[in-house]
Amino acid sequence: MSLVQTIDWIALAPPTVVAITAVAVLLTDLFLPEERKRHLGTIAAAGLALALLTLLPLHRGDRTSFCLADRSEVCSYSADTFAVVIQLIVLGGALIAALLTLPELARQRGDDTTGALPRGEFWFLLLASASGAALLPAARDLATLVLAMEVTTLPAYALVALRRGDRLGPEAALKFFLTSVVATAVTLLGISFVYAGSGSLFLGGIADGLAGADPALDALIRAGVVLTLVGFAFKTAAVPFHFWVPDTYLGAPLPVAAYLSVVSKTAGLAGLILVTSMAFADLGGVWGPVLAVLAGLTMTAGNVAALRTRPDGDRSTVRLLAWSSVAQAGYLLVPLAAAGYASDADGRSTAIGATVAYAVMYAVVNLGTFAVAVHVAERAGRHRLTDHRGLHDRNPLTALALGFFLLCLAGLPPGLAGLFAKIAVIRAAVEAELAVLAVVAAVNVVIALVYYLRWAALLFRPAAPRGAAAAEVGAETGPAAAGAGQAGVAAGTGTAAAPGTAAAGASDATDAPVALAERFPPAADREPRPGAPIAVAIAVTALLALALSVAPQLMLGLTAAGTLF
Amino acid sequence: MLTLTDSVTAPLLAAVVTLPLLAAVVLLLLPRGPESTRTAGRIGVAVTGAVLLGTLLLAAAFDRGAADRPQAVTDVAWVPAFGVRLHLGVDGISLPLLVLTALLCLLCAVHVLRRPPAGEGGAGPRGLVALLLVLETGTLATFAALNLILFFLAFETVLIPMYFVISRWGGAERAAAAWKFVLYTLLGSVVMLLGFLLVGLQAGTFDMVVLAEAHGDGLSRTTQILAVLAIGIGLAVKTPMWPLHSWLPDAHTAAPTVGSVLLAGVLLKFGTYGLVRIVLPVAPEGIHFFAPYLAAFAVTGIIYGSLACLALVRAGAGGDLKRLIAYSSVGHMGFVLLGIATLTPTGVNGALFANIAHGVITALLFLLAGAVRERTGTTDLDRLAEHGGGARLYGRAPRLGALLAFTAVASLGLPGLAGFWGELLAMLGAFNPAEGLSRPVFVVCLALAGLGTLLTAAYLLQVVRRVCAGTSPDPAPATADDARPGAHGATPAPATDAGTIPAATGTATGAAAATGAATATATGTATAAPPGEAVRQPDLPDLHRDESALLLPLAALTLLIGLWPALLLRLTDPAVQLLLEGVGR
Repeated sequence: MSLVQTIDWIALAPPTVVAITAVAVLLTDLFLPEERKRHLGTIAAAGLALALLTLLPLHRGDRTSFCLADRSEVCSYSADTFAVVIQLIVLGGALIAALLTLPELARQRGDDTTGALPRGEFWFLLLASASGAALLPAARDLATLVLAMEVTTLPAYALVALRRGDRLGPEAALKFFLTSVVATAVTLLGISFVYAGSGSLFLGGIADGLAGADPALDALIRAGVVLTLVGFAFKTAAVPFHFWVPDTYLGAPLPVAAYLSVVSKTAGLAGLILVTSMAFADLGGVWGPVLAVLAGLTMTAGNVAALRTRPDGDRSTVRLLAWSSVAQAGYLLVPLAAAGYASDADGRSTAIGATVAYAVMYAVVNLGTFAVAVHVAERAGRHRLTDHRGLHDRNPLTALALGFFLLCLAGLPPGLAGLFAKIAVIRAAVEAELAVLAVVAAVNVVIALVYYLRWAALLFRPAAPRGAAAAEVGAETGPAAAGAGQAGVAAGTGTAAAPGTAAAGASDATDAPVALAERFPPAADREPRPGAPIAVAIAVTALLALALSVAPQLMLGLTAAGTLF
Repeated sequence: MLTLTDSVTAPLLAAVVTLPLLAAVVLLLLPRGPESTRTAGRIGVAVTGAVLLGTLLLAAAFDRGAADRPQAVTDVAWVPAFGVRLHLGVDGISLPLLVLTALLCLLCAVHVLRRPPAGEGGAGPRGLVALLLVLETGTLATFAALNLILFFLAFETVLIPMYFVISRWGGAERAAAAWKFVLYTLLGSVVMLLGFLLVGLQAGTFDMVVLAEAHGDGLSRTTQILAVLAIGIGLAVKTPMWPLHSWLPDAHTAAPTVGSVLLAGVLLKFGTYGLVRIVLPVAPEGIHFFAPYLAAFAVTGIIYGSLACLALVRAGAGGDLKRLIAYSSVGHMGFVLLGIATLTPTGVNGALFANIAHGVITALLFLLAGAVRERTGTTDLDRLAEHGGGARLYGRAPRLGALLAFTAVASLGLPGLAGFWGELLAMLGAFNPAEGLSRPVFVVCLALAGLGTLLTAAYLLQVVRRVCAGTSPDPAPATADDARPGAHGATPAPATDAGTIPAATGTATGAAAATGAATATATGTATAAPPGEAVRQPDLPDLHRDESALLLPLAALTLLIGLWPALLLRLTDPAVQLLLEGVGR
């Protein structure tokens, strides 16, 4: 028996590469002159891309590390299929979030002006958080799990508040921080209860320990299980632990909100899956109903709040995305709740596969939505939903991509990826005979459609006209009407049929050229194409969403029993 | 007829279903510009024409001796994790619907090419054509799908395109109507999905052929009842069955002509087709339980639809012609549902026949309503029947009037025309319902349905009288009316004609500086001036040649299947016998 553990560095590579890049960026920042700091972003993105590449040798999902010397099947780190898929989501999500930040940081002059993001710190914090999120799904003991979760979350507080001279940021971060710390404390309390009952911190060991636990400790263990779930439910933004979400997203820079909604949420979900399905596998009767109630409440509350978002309010885009991400968390929890009712390991594996498949779809599509929102915000600046009006006229491909993303989120054709993910979720509920939850999930699809489709419809409407009359003139004459005077005559005669509108007709005639100019702006006024990094982000997410739509098996293959662990 | 092997017809069916979708994608990616408007219309006609040719070829190659089993079958694995297969095929039930869909889509594409409707903010026909093509793919796939999840997918595919068609190219109140349509239907179809999942998970397969052959074996009675309830709600919303119909009148009234044609002609058939194709064979015990309720709702729909129409057609009620046709659809689909509820081959065959007949006749009615609106500027029945200023189609546009009367008579079920056989067979089925169903209940339903046919005849004849007949205006008051500018409101089309000509001459003679008021006076005098002709209303333009090309095929079809019902019944009957095998047990 050797005292020196053999460490499988290939299995550990994804989180390690990100962590090393984080430190490297922080150190490089100290020595780079101001004008070359934009290279920091390149380094960070390259590090994340490299980490994604290190997932390739892990695709078989059979590597482990940090195993007990005497029992080599008990390990603290396992790069199984579940871990690799979640790492793919979080690293890919972090990379897209990095791409979305690049243009803003490239434009930025100096790090100290109002509204600036300090670049060295930003990249370091983003990478640090991503390394935690990459570690989390592979952790197989509660200590590593909690540690990874805190590494994921702590830098995120700072990221939210990082923008200089911003009022909303620090307040949002404080709210985020306080609620999060309370949740973590509760989780730690729960873990201590569970440890008392089972005598192990390894997830597999807990399951064995709880099976043979002293019946007198039953109440303690049940309380421990529920308390442990609280912290993870907080990270996934499940109701009633969701109150930080809208304020935090609104206060954070948009790419950071994207990061929180995908990477942070997926990490929390991964923790929840690990704890419930591995450590508390036999206690499904305790956590299944809890999660079922949480799921139903989460999707309903999120959808209703999203429905009430006024499209013309400032930052309404972010608000809608925040509430929609709460609602989507509800769908993510449905199969997990169903797993609690499963009778055997295969049933659990199938249900959890549905959650992971939904997470894959949600990550791709939500990042794509954020990418287009960042692009639109570059021009309009106020993050209003109404800024998206007429996007199809200005920028057809971007608009089609966003429309596709939104329909995927809503789960309707042509967004087949979303449709199949929703079918997977509802199917898991039906299979577990959770009839009420299945109906609630189905009805929520309808509620959610309202705000997603309202947004998608805005894209294809003409840009806001000055007045209805002017728009009509523009419509009747069409693009071919080069002579605006002709339009004036048409307007004059058209309105003259009703008495006493001669003056109105005349004024219509003078408005007509203005209307035409508005509807058909000269090429210079058209919205510029998205900058290269954002265009790449939109294109990658759109292609991935398309691939998932054409071949849903790519994600739904995860629901086959025994695939994940 | 033509003999082709499955290796030819299967790819043909797959191509027919996917071609419109591919064309729609191409259209969306086409570079924009004024010339693309015209190209889009032509592409639409070419593609829908090719699809119609394809379906006719399929019909010609169809083996009538084996109309009960799916032919031209494609069966490819798609999502093995869920047992979703791209399983397509046609049998005697789906073949007529496929041909009808292809025909109506072609007519709609031609309609868009010849009369491009102006969308909101000048939206051109390119988007409309693309949406129509997506609708066509969704519809054809729904009728050809042989896998429950694929059926659901195709069923949902039509939602978003139809929403955009109504909300962008529709008339007044289009936004609210579009929302109502999409939310109602989606709510129904997600409940339907729950039913599909219940059936699929219990039976272990989503394949409709396997499920139909099992005739409910492997599904407990409770499961069947729950499944029929869930699936039935989804299909009943689409059909629409009273009391889930309230989205329909709004959607039809607001939709543009092509939208109404497709909505009434084929989209409503999803519901009844789904009942026959899925519910009857898959859950026979469940539908047996619900059949009396279904029949009761069906006759309520018949009576309700006719009474609503009678209320709309009354003078002074402000009824809208398109709205009236929509409510009449509620009544006609009630007959279809009644036929299905009898669970007898007679009734179900009648239902399928009435399905097709309603598709043809209602499409024709909506096209005619569109033509009337184009000429008179309104579909308001009171204004169309206005004393002295109304449409008076017999006098002013005789061919249009005659065709409208013909279609109305077909719709009320005159023997010899398409509307007759379906309703007759449905009622015949109700006279002698399937074993185990309460005969008195169905006989009462039959009596009520019979009353419904009378009411239907009453309102349709009134529509014809009010829109087509009418008195010509009296000479003296007419002159006074004409002098009042408001008179033009009743007949905007001639007013515009008359108004633009003097305006154009005015411009030509250098009077361009004349104010609108001056032009208005000029218009007034121009129409009122020649004393001899002022008493006569100007003739409405009668059917153009391109309109005749649109309408006459449908009218001919109405006559054909009315005179030769065996054409359809021979196709549907073998398949119906097979599907109903489980019900009698």
